[in-house]
Amino acid sequence: MLDLMLVALVVWPAAVGSLLLLAGGVADRIAGWVGVGSAGLLAVVAFLVAFPVGSRPSVSTPFMAGAELGLGVDGLAALVLPTVAAVSALVLLGAIGVPELRTARFHGLMLLFVAAALMTVLATSLATLLLSWEVMGATSFALIGYHWRDRESVSSGTTAFLTTRAADLGLYVAAGAALAGGAGLGLSSLPDASDGWRDVVAVGLVVAALGKAAQLPFSFWLSRAMAGPSPVSALLHSAAMVAMGGYLLLRVAPTLAATGWADTAAAWAGAATAVLLGLVALAQSDLKQLLAASTAAQLGFVVLAAGLGASAAGGTHLVAHAAVKAGLFLAAGIWLEALGTKRLAALTGAARIWPVVGACSAAALLSLAGLPPLALWASKDGVLAAAAEQSPALYLAGLLGAALSAAYAGKALVVLTRPLPANAQSAWDEERQGTREVPTSAWLPLLPLAAGAIVLGGLALPPLAVRVRELVGGAGPEPGAVELLASALIAATVLAVTAVLVVRGAAGRQTHWPRALTDWLFLESFSHRVVVRPVERLAQRCAHLDDAVLDRIVESTASGTARLTRGAVLVEDRVVDGSVDAVAAGIRRLGGLARRPQTGQLHQYYLQALAVLAGVLVVLVLVR
Amino acid sequence: MLSVLVFLPLVAAAALLVPWVDDRLARVAFVAVTSLEVALAGLAWARYETPADGTLALSQQARWIPGVGSSYHVGVDGLSLPLVVMTTLVFLACAIFALREQRRARLQAALFLFLESVSLGLFVSADLILFFVFFDLSIVAMYFSISGWGHGQAARSALKFFLYTFLGSLALLLGFVGLYVASDPHTFDMVELSTNPPLQGQGFAGGLVLAALLLGLAVKTPTFPFHTWLPPAHSDAPAIGSAVLAGVLLKMGTYGFVRIAMPMLPDAWRAWAPVVIVIGIVSVLWGALVAYAQTDLKRMIAYTSVNHMGYVVVAVGAAGVLADGADEARRVAVTGAVTQMVSHGLLTAALFLLAGSMFERTGSYALDEYGGLAGTAPRYATLFTVAAFGSLGLPALSGFIAEFQIFAGSIATVPVTAVAVLGILITAALFLRALQQMFTGPTAGLSVGFADVTPREWTPVALLLATSVLIGVLPRPLLDLIEPAAATLADLVGR
Repeated sequence: MLDLMLVALVVWPAAVGSLLLLAGGVADRIAGWVGVGSAGLLAVVAFLVAFPVGSRPSVSTPFMAGAELGLGVDGLAALVLPTVAAVSALVLLGAIGVPELRTARFHGLMLLFVAAALMTVLATSLATLLLSWEVMGATSFALIGYHWRDRESVSSGTTAFLTTRAADLGLYVAAGAALAGGAGLGLSSLPDASDGWRDVVAVGLVVAALGKAAQLPFSFWLSRAMAGPSPVSALLHSAAMVAMGGYLLLRVAPTLAATGWADTAAAWAGAATAVLLGLVALAQSDLKQLLAASTAAQLGFVVLAAGLGASAAGGTHLVAHAAVKAGLFLAAGIWLEALGTKRLAALTGAARIWPVVGACSAAALLSLAGLPPLALWASKDGVLAAAAEQSPALYLAGLLGAALSAAYAGKALVVLTRPLPANAQSAWDEERQGTREVPTSAWLPLLPLAAGAIVLGGLALPPLAVRVRELVGGAGPEPGAVELLASALIAATVLAVTAVLVVRGAAGRQTHWPRALTDWLFLESFSHRVVVRPVERLAQRCAHLDDAVLDRIVESTASGTARLTRGAVLVEDRVVDGSVDAVAAGIRRLGGLARRPQTGQLHQYYLQALAVLAGVLVVLVLVR
Repeated sequence: MLSVLVFLPLVAAAALLVPWVDDRLARVAFVAVTSLEVALAGLAWARYETPADGTLALSQQARWIPGVGSSYHVGVDGLSLPLVVMTTLVFLACAIFALREQRRARLQAALFLFLESVSLGLFVSADLILFFVFFDLSIVAMYFSISGWGHGQAARSALKFFLYTFLGSLALLLGFVGLYVASDPHTFDMVELSTNPPLQGQGFAGGLVLAALLLGLAVKTPTFPFHTWLPPAHSDAPAIGSAVLAGVLLKMGTYGFVRIAMPMLPDAWRAWAPVVIVIGIVSVLWGALVAYAQTDLKRMIAYTSVNHMGYVVVAVGAAGVLADGADEARRVAVTGAVTQMVSHGLLTAALFLLAGSMFERTGSYALDEYGGLAGTAPRYATLFTVAAFGSLGLPALSGFIAEFQIFAGSIATVPVTAVAVLGILITAALFLRALQQMFTGPTAGLSVGFADVTPREWTPVALLLATSVLIGVLPRPLLDLIEPAAATLADLVGR
């Protein structure tokens, strides 16, 4: 029974999503409720599968290349599975209130995405993982580019897809290396691969995960992905798809640790992202861009945890962040729909207009800032404790990242919760005409998400933390009282300083952030200059060579052969046939010569007879 | 049973040559016969059992040219049966698509039924002379299709296609004669030549014969640098001509690798495997890059065919590199190669039929003359998107199954083939760019007034794409068919 439910978690949303997509416009009216209903059901089933009465289910069937198509729930999956399913249901509920998203195409694609995300969480082999990984990327492309008449959206979707696809090449290489290393393609048996091959597997996994989680140097695609509708940002680009990058590293942490260097590399990549993207977030003037940079930075903590082997801490942070960020993106979407803008300065005081939305956002932002006793404070400290134990440098970097998250969360919080300025209305409707109202289905999901943002920290604190550690496995100490106090103080201080600075800034002096930060470290233009344009130039050169050289050689062989045949015809006419003609002419001349002696003169005939006789005599004498 | 499968379309073609048959009857007969062929192929699959090593299933043999050791010998195994089924599906799709053909429909139906006969005959033939006869007849039939029903510079492209591939087939014949002369007793029979490879241990002679075979097959596949006949042939061919050229004819080249070159010249193949791998990698990357630079839709798809066939060449080349413990990987590579042949046939035929629909409406393949087509033709947009994503290797379609196995198997055997994964990135970029250009943005240019696809047009494409999705989601039935034959082939190459 549990096995069936496990399979249904993937097959049901995939089937319903495909049917919605095939039905097209006909199903638009029911699409929203079908989507929410399916997702809600999935959330319930996910809880039942993750925390079953008996043993956890696992299914597998032969697939290809000697690998299995397998789904299974282990400790880490038990933590993440209900999270993804619950957030999906809440986001789909929030999307009901947006009229342009009440289509079969939107909900079909979202359900397909949910199927792929759940399959990623449950995957037990590289083949299964790669399958769902790529489908997530494809649905992400289709959802970012949902408003296909807008070239900018579609171009953003393409950028996102191609960037993550480039990173995904690592998974293909890892699959080949795993096969060569003799360990097979099962995720749990990857550490048993032979040494050299295991290094290749680790590199492939790390690159693919960093790409999907929008870590450095791939972070720019997440910025572009904000062009999609807000529910898409809420689900894919905060709680589910990018989180899967972190999840993958948490799952294969044993493999990374076995190589000896991959875990350190991953940890530093995560720490660097947490710091640098924290700075980028601070410099953003658009709420969604700020949240996007913050997502990358927070996932940096998860990647850091994976590198340190602290799977429980990383998993807890993933879960808490999902609740926080999904809520914040849904709120950003609500304000965009209602007020027509997502520029932070234009949203000054927006939290006070609709109290429920405002309160939930405030709670989420306080949690993001790392204020105790909220969720992200506790989970972040779980990661920092592991860092403190293994590497002081990483701990300091983590603290810096935490301080920065307090700064940017504080910035957003203060701006949004300030009293409404007198001229607020003039700043609204920049992007579209706002509706000035918030339907119930839009703010309802914010409540459980805000509750999660407050409460989920309990998973990282002493009474529950032990149980979570037992569930998920992995190493790492619990955060001690000193560390907890230290991070609380830092968060509170930074928050206070930021509040003061923002208030002062709003009074007149604007901060001008360096272009490097507002432009996301110039990563996109760098990748264009270093990767995209050279490839385009190379492609043009190859196409030119193909036409001008390769094809020309072939064509010239043909025209050369034609010239050769004309030459052969000349030889045929002049030489071969000519020599036959020459022989004939020669014989004609000889015949002409043979007639010359017939002159009709008798004395000449006597002379000729004498000459012949003389010749015969000479020959007779000689032959004797 | 195989003989019925092969010759039924030929009989139907002959019947259609009678001048009193009218066009409408001819078109319907075309669909009916091709449907029957699909059923027969399905029946053959149902009755198929994995043959013992060194034999073929469902085989039939009859005297033909005993003086040169050539007989009428046909049979299938796990390598050819999938191609047979794929061929019947592609021809059925073309028959449905041609239901509205206005120009000399009767003659075109007869020509394509003849071509189906010849194609199926090649895949089931177990004798080299028989193989060669079908090989050349396919070139002749395609020449007539392009020159008779094509557009643009049809006559020129058809002639170039004919001369180039025919020259290749002469090199192939030279190789066949070499195999015949070296074998003892002299024979052209494929089964016997595979069981007792003639040039074992003779490096120089084996290399020469392999070179001749490789030249012929490389022109047909086509690999770099012998691929320049493909883009003009595709550009100027009619829709169903392109679909069959890409879907079926190109497979004859790659099929030759796995049926003839690898089992009959294992020594030489192992010695020259590095060269084959290099040619494959260059084809993959060159094909993808040049496709990326194209602005004409059909030329773009033509170059992606070079890219996709390059993966097959990489895989079969990697299967020739023996290493400790690499047996499993080599088998996976060969399985991937055959899966790619089937997958590419289905997906690229669908793409070319869709390109044909476009040409029928506007007469232009230029990508930049379209925009926002998703608004005026949503069904067309959906089909094209699915086909494009299948072609770039998205999971849940057959291309992923093929490419995953190719990469996993090749990288495990020959790590340097990892370079070839860049191909799937470039292919993704070029297809997404084409989708973006044609379907999104404001409706402009030739997209205005573009009527959506009719049942006659979307049924065959949906048929092909559904088959691809079926393989992508439930690959086991196909892989259960291919894997034993792939394992046998990997062992044969290792002798």
